Amino acid sequence: MSDAEETIPIKDEYAIVAARSAGKTISSKCGFGLVDQTRISTAISELARNILVYAVTGTVYIREVAADGKHGIEVVAEDHGPGIVNLDLAMTDGHTTGGGLGAGLPGTKRLMDEFDIISAVGEGTTVTVRKWL
Amino acid sequence: MMQGAYDKIPVLKIGDFLITSIQVALHDRLALGLQDDILAKIQETNAKGLIIDVTAIDVLDSFITRVLVEIAKMANIMGVKTVLVGMQPAIAITLVEFGMELTGIQTALNLEKGLELIEKIVMAEQE
Repeated sequence: MSDAEETIPIKDEYAIVAARSAGKTISSKCGFGLVDQTRISTAISELARNILVYAVTGTVYIREVAADGKHGIEVVAEDHGPGIVNLDLAMTDGHTTGGGLGAGLPGTKRLMDEFDIISAVGEGTTVTVRKWL
Repeated sequence: MMQGAYDKIPVLKIGDFLITSIQVALHDRLALGLQDDILAKIQETNAKGLIIDVTAIDVLDSFITRVLVEIAKMANIMGVKTVLVGMQPAIAITLVEFGMELTGIQTALNLEKGLELIEKIVMAEQE
């Protein structure tokens, strides 16, 4: 099994298109079906957009992963932006500070199997999501 | 670069209707440009209905979804009804699970059904 991996620097809106297209390619390589590929690419698009809106720049890492006999895809969205003051609120449907739909993080969580978020005010935010085959 | 090749999405007039088919990966500026083009074309042509074909779209994130919903709302304010056609099953599933709503936007399975629907809507409006 060849490990597929891609690092996408997020600095403008074109990078969002590049990130979701990389998500499509890698998830398809991992063996995900069309619906899961769409879920994964949509999640990547949301995470990349959050970086652009809230932190301006950051990085999205997409890679094939294996753990506990499971095989899947992992996406890490990392920025050194302002961080999230209230994580509980950020994970609430309908809440937004960025003028969006307020469904970004909770919606992304619903599309994936695992969702972890670490954020420190003034330091940045790292969101890690995984989906298993 | 791919973005250079497609600066515009064509908006075509057929009879009383405007039809636009999104065939490229939508980035933000392209989506907002489409919004401007559609509204300008509505004013220019006196169109009565608008069909947006999304058959070729493979990912719809919350930003693009919001732009599509807003295009329909703005068109409605200008007296034009919108029908969205060609939604892929995988996108429909993702939209619902994610929690994105296409409020105030009519949909049809494909372009043919969309044309039938928009004709009906426009006829009903005129009565």
